[in-house]
Amino acid sequence: MSKPITSINDFVVKFANVNGSGSASANTLFAKSILRMGVPVATRNIFPSNIQGLPTWYEVRVNEAGHIGRRGGVDLMVAMNPQTWAQDVASIDPGGYLFYDSTKPMPPSRFRDDINIVGMPLTEICNRTYTDPRQRQLFKNIIYVGALSALLDIDASVIESLIGEQYKGKDKLMAPNLQALHMGRDYAQKEIAPIGLKVRHADRVGDRIFIDGNSAAALGAVYGGATVAAWYPITPSTSLAEAFMRYCRRYRTDPDTGKARYAIVQGEDELASIGIVIGAGWNGARAFTCTAGPGVSLMTEFLGLAYFAEIPAVLFNVQRGGPSTGMPTRTQQADIISCAYASHGDTKHPLLFPEDPRECFEMGAMAFDLADRLQTPIFVMLDLDIGMNEWLCHPFAWDDSKRYDRGKVMTYEALETGKEFGRYLDVDGDGIPYRTYPGTHPTRGAFFTRGTSRDRYAKYSELGSVYVDNMQRLLRKFETAKTLMPAPVRRDAKQKTKYGVIYFGSTTPSMHEALDSLEEQGIHLDALRVRAFPFAEEVVDFVLGHDQVFLVEQNRDAQLRSLLVTESSIDPARIVPVLHYDGTPITARFIIGEIAARLGALKVAPLREVAR
Amino acid sequence: MTYLTKPKLHHPSLPTNALGLTRRDYEGSVSTLCAGCGHDSISGAIVQACFELDLPPHRIAKLSGIGCSSKTPDYFLAPAHGFNSVHGRMPSVLTGANLANRDLIYLGVSGDGDSASIGLGQFAHSIRRGVNMVYIVENNGVYGLTKGQFSATSDRGSKSKRGVANSDSPVDMIGMALLLGATFVARSFSGDKAQLVPLIKAALLHNGAAFIDCISPCVAFNNHEGSTKSFDYVREHNETVNRLDFISSRDEITADYAPGTVETVVQHDGSMLRLRKLAADFDPHDRISAMNYLQEQHAAGEIVTGLLYVDPEAHDLHDHLNTVAPPLNTLGEAELCPGSAALDKLNASLR
Repeated sequence: MSKPITSINDFVVKFANVNGSGSASANTLFAKSILRMGVPVATRNIFPSNIQGLPTWYEVRVNEAGHIGRRGGVDLMVAMNPQTWAQDVASIDPGGYLFYDSTKPMPPSRFRDDINIVGMPLTEICNRTYTDPRQRQLFKNIIYVGALSALLDIDASVIESLIGEQYKGKDKLMAPNLQALHMGRDYAQKEIAPIGLKVRHADRVGDRIFIDGNSAAALGAVYGGATVAAWYPITPSTSLAEAFMRYCRRYRTDPDTGKARYAIVQGEDELASIGIVIGAGWNGARAFTCTAGPGVSLMTEFLGLAYFAEIPAVLFNVQRGGPSTGMPTRTQQADIISCAYASHGDTKHPLLFPEDPRECFEMGAMAFDLADRLQTPIFVMLDLDIGMNEWLCHPFAWDDSKRYDRGKVMTYEALETGKEFGRYLDVDGDGIPYRTYPGTHPTRGAFFTRGTSRDRYAKYSELGSVYVDNMQRLLRKFETAKTLMPAPVRRDAKQKTKYGVIYFGSTTPSMHEALDSLEEQGIHLDALRVRAFPFAEEVVDFVLGHDQVFLVEQNRDAQLRSLLVTESSIDPARIVPVLHYDGTPITARFIIGEIAARLGALKVAPLREVAR
Repeated sequence: MTYLTKPKLHHPSLPTNALGLTRRDYEGSVSTLCAGCGHDSISGAIVQACFELDLPPHRIAKLSGIGCSSKTPDYFLAPAHGFNSVHGRMPSVLTGANLANRDLIYLGVSGDGDSASIGLGQFAHSIRRGVNMVYIVENNGVYGLTKGQFSATSDRGSKSKRGVANSDSPVDMIGMALLLGATFVARSFSGDKAQLVPLIKAALLHNGAAFIDCISPCVAFNNHEGSTKSFDYVREHNETVNRLDFISSRDEITADYAPGTVETVVQHDGSMLRLRKLAADFDPHDRISAMNYLQEQHAAGEIVTGLLYVDPEAHDLHDHLNTVAPPLNTLGEAELCPGSAALDKLNASLR
């Protein structure tokens, strides 16, 4: 028998449930109660492409130090799904705990002797108390939350107030939930021996908020002034569109008329969705679509047109494993090249990489300014881990003095003064021409929108020299984009080092945890978080300023590395890829292991044994 | 086509409309289509309709897909913004444009390749949604720009220029438009301007999805013996169910008609459609009987033209979405951004 794990405010609880059993809200209640005690948590849903019946897991990492990346390993398994019993039992760390429904006796061979078994006859208790089968199912979840709260020393009053908030005004539901909670607590206190994992009040959450990235990005679109949204359901982006509807109803309903200051259309497919966005953008509204990799593939013809015709558009790509029949419910950062170069001919598109829901909000709003300013499609590259999981992050902030940047739009007044208008004419050297909205002026400023077969004044031309002139201007525009995209964030090691690491997006919390841990082991790395493509000069300088740079990403083909090598003409040997792509969120343990092993091979001293 | 540019100077005696504009002010650049192309007649009818309706040309947005028909928006309404989009995808671009600014008139021009093959889905769904637009399909049964392949509206048995008979069933766009809920459905013929112009005028003022299937023979690839989309064939089999006189609300009604042969339809905006019945048993307010009638006539080899269905009380996508009256593209921070106070409140609810 391994020594039972003892830990206060630093452990991982994993719930194994059956999809559709109502466990999600009970599990969220559990996680939120710990947050309310001032202890940071990171939660992750691991779920199948299914509505009912298949296994689903919910992982709660409790970490007072505030590390919210996925840790890996399990200290306490709440095994509620017989279907996955063997794999769930096997996944517990030695000395960890197995909490299970002991109503039916199980042979000893189904357990392990190096873990601690905590049985509770949940089904029996439910069957005794409830007659309705659905109630038996739903309250079973609350009963185990009650039992766990007793075992882990979670404050009962905190859970009570959360239940109170959830069922505010629905007293009929509140009372039985509270009753079930206490039934679980009472049983655990009387019948179950204490375990080594505890939650203690701390003051480490501060004013941080707990929200998923899809909701945050949708809120960003509301604040950023999006009025037209067109989308087609696809996991994991669907909840972004649904959140936009929710926030629009709340914030965009005209108080006097009850009418909508927005238009949302569920397209018949992704092609129609991006077509609607492009039509709206052409006509001067801020418009977006949200999708995942397969959706972007379908949109690529239109994206080429939008690039060449220079039409603002915003796309939220919530990345997942490919292809369509692949891993729709697993996370990856594997659409970087397909988005950066989406479409035919010589095209490239700006990308934004939010690190958490807070940046999903900020970049979600900023993308509309960038799209209008640059008159081109802008991708906000979320992934399933950020998009569909609730993350603890800094609260949203908005500067009320901020004005939307609608870019270079020639008005009626400007046209009336006789100012020269050429739709594709670069008047001030930044590669960005002026545009007009349809219907602006009776006799001036109208033009016929086409792809590339036109000159600076939008007149039809198939001349090679005219084409090249336009393509060169588009390159100038892309250079301008570099200066407008959010700058990378640098975090230098405590001491001078020849080694650096580049990372982006949802890798951030695990990367930070890994950097802390590596530093404790005497391995120092300067770190740079890339926030956008095209890359700022700082990114190239960072690579050239170090002997060796690791690039950590969640895909097989080192896509950001390819982009960096290609676009910045960097010697590929300078950048060592660190790649994680099994569909689970990257962990600090993985990064530490990979980087330490490679530095070990490079004989970097001092190097002590790294964490598991 | 001609390589001569149009002279800018107009004859001083050209008639003007209520806006003081001449018909020439509604024209576009010189067509690059083949001489005698039916599409050019349709462009001419659009020019005529907009001129007669006194529409400010810049308040129309003209959108198209890809193909010969989709080139035509360049050849009419020069003061209007145009958008030559992606093959088969005009309807989605038009839908988005319409959502952004409900105050413009949207004219979508497409062809049978663009709308019945690659774009069949987008055609169908834009009709389903009731986008406020005029959707004209310039239907010639052939891919002209790629030199003569059959299109999906070619009748079974119709012969190509090289004598090959088409073996596939045709897509019936009128039937589909009726089935999918279009609130204005008409078929016309590019060779019958007197019929086409009033139909376009009525469609332009219709508040909803107005679909016009306009048979427009391709003089280069589909105007031969054995084709069911040739000028001769269409003239021979044209079964006109009614003639439409379009009357704007301020015109005085003066014409006399024999009793029982005329019906007046008042549209949403007050414009009146005076329908002279030619087929006694045809009722353009009954969607189901219109569909039956069309099927029967089609089976008999006839091409039914005229106003086939109209719902004068139609609603459009903006009505369905309950959007505000001002165009969405005119709203600014004050109307769109909830501000920091609302955000602070939201933050508090997320702890």
